[in-house]
Amino acid sequence: MKFYVPPQLKRLAIAFAVFIVLFLVLRKFLVPDSFGQYGHYRGDSLADNALPEIHYAGQQACLDCHQDIEDLKAKDVHARIHCETCHGPGQKHVLSGEASDILKPDSREFCGNCHGKNAAKKPGTIVQVQLSEHNTDKKCIECHNPHQPWEMKE
Amino acid sequence: MESSYPHLYEILSHIQGYIFPNEIDLQWGILIVVYPFITGLVAGAFILASLERVFKDKVLKPTYQIALLTALSFLLVATMPLISHLAQPQRAYEIMITPHSSSAMAIFGFVYLWYLMVVLLLEIWFDYRHSMVVWAEEKKGIMKWVYRILTLGLNDISPRTVSWDRKLGYIITVVGIPSAFILHGYVGFIFGSIKANPWWSTPLMPIIFLFSAMVSGIAMVMLIYMAVSYIRTRTLDVNVLDAIGKYLFFVLILDFTIEGLDQIHRIYVAEESFETIKLLVEGKLYLTLFISQGLIGTLIPLGVLAFLQFYKGKIKLRKTLYFITGIMVLIGVYSMRWNVVIGGQLFSKSFSGFTSFKVGLIGIDGTLMAIFWLLLPFGILTFLLWLLPPWKMVPEVEE
Repeated sequence: MKFYVPPQLKRLAIAFAVFIVLFLVLRKFLVPDSFGQYGHYRGDSLADNALPEIHYAGQQACLDCHQDIEDLKAKDVHARIHCETCHGPGQKHVLSGEASDILKPDSREFCGNCHGKNAAKKPGTIVQVQLSEHNTDKKCIECHNPHQPWEMKE
Repeated sequence: MESSYPHLYEILSHIQGYIFPNEIDLQWGILIVVYPFITGLVAGAFILASLERVFKDKVLKPTYQIALLTALSFLLVATMPLISHLAQPQRAYEIMITPHSSSAMAIFGFVYLWYLMVVLLLEIWFDYRHSMVVWAEEKKGIMKWVYRILTLGLNDISPRTVSWDRKLGYIITVVGIPSAFILHGYVGFIFGSIKANPWWSTPLMPIIFLFSAMVSGIAMVMLIYMAVSYIRTRTLDVNVLDAIGKYLFFVLILDFTIEGLDQIHRIYVAEESFETIKLLVEGKLYLTLFISQGLIGTLIPLGVLAFLQFYKGKIKLRKTLYFITGIMVLIGVYSMRWNVVIGGQLFSKSFSGFTSFKVGLIGIDGTLMAIFWLLLPFGILTFLLWLLPPWKMVPEVEE
């Protein structure tokens, strides 16, 4: 017995075959050359990502010159906070060595970013200070050394 | 001090409480709200068309082709909000040529392709093939060739071949219903599978998305059927509206029940995220969740549709009520997409802070862009209705 195949199906089979072949041909041309070089991604994207200007130098760059500060920090509660958390991006300073190329924040508001009283923060983890009540006429760093907060200056 | 960190102070003005830095800006904006809305319309419109075909609901016949062409018009645009939201849209095709099985979005590309090529296009092709062959004979000039290309050069309209069009179309419809479920269920899965987000992470998400998709698709086809009748100055058959309204009513009840169950489950379980989600829905989502989605989009339409199940009086009043209900339901489903997409990004994973979202007007990620993608399908539908007018089709011969 001869198996009947409707003419529509024959025509559609050709259309789908053409589509699949076209897809494979296009794929051949469209897949980036460096795809799969290191993994399931375009290898050249690593070079692309390296292009943007670098702002942060990283903790090791700070330690190359300022090991003394690191030693101070290691003794107190700010030990795990990296330099650029407070001093801001440091690459410019690393390259030039100029003190003017890095931030040295000293305002009460700056310390308040972490230590200001905030009901949303978990109590007991980070010291919370009511800025409007605590020694309002002084800057925080007049008493606390930011690198060693509990080694009071007076 | 403020001069050193101007950007920081601007940012701090629109967050509340404690929030991680990468949560301040919403990564997914209004275009990601539009995307599940459009995809939902596709699945819903197709499912309405299938009801006519598989369950042989003769009353719905005038909406059958309109529903299919609506589904196609919206499906052709469905990926565009996603693509225009990308930072590198010109690389979007790479998701298809170098897919990775661990990427939910990459697999979605193939779910989409299956639905477009194997379900919608094939069903429409089988449905229109006979008519297109006849049109190719009748027309002259370029249109003759357009129809000839659309028939793939096959001009066999012997009764046997035409009856195979019907049989094959039926098979495609049967395959198409689960495909439509998968297409939109998958959109829900993409959100539901994000386990770090308690507002999204629920196995009910695909089902919730699916039912709201059916609600919005049915409402959209009803409105388009009304608009098409109006533009063609044909009398609108209120029996058709009653039939669509009945399906809309039942699906809306299911949608409301399932979403309600999801919320009851959330409230009773009250996981650690519950406090922050309670603040979210009572605060930033109050208008869009309770008023827009709940009241305007669900409760009032449910009441009106329930009323219309019994009320068979003034035809003009019924038509007006169906029209208004259709629009309200669409507003409700759009709000539901908003509540899921935007709501899920407003609270911090620390569960102790919120950010805020202000939608932009212009730009590639703005409101105008979203409106453009929402209006484009209507342009495509107008073209398709001109190219493939359901009212000029060769009438089916009863077997």
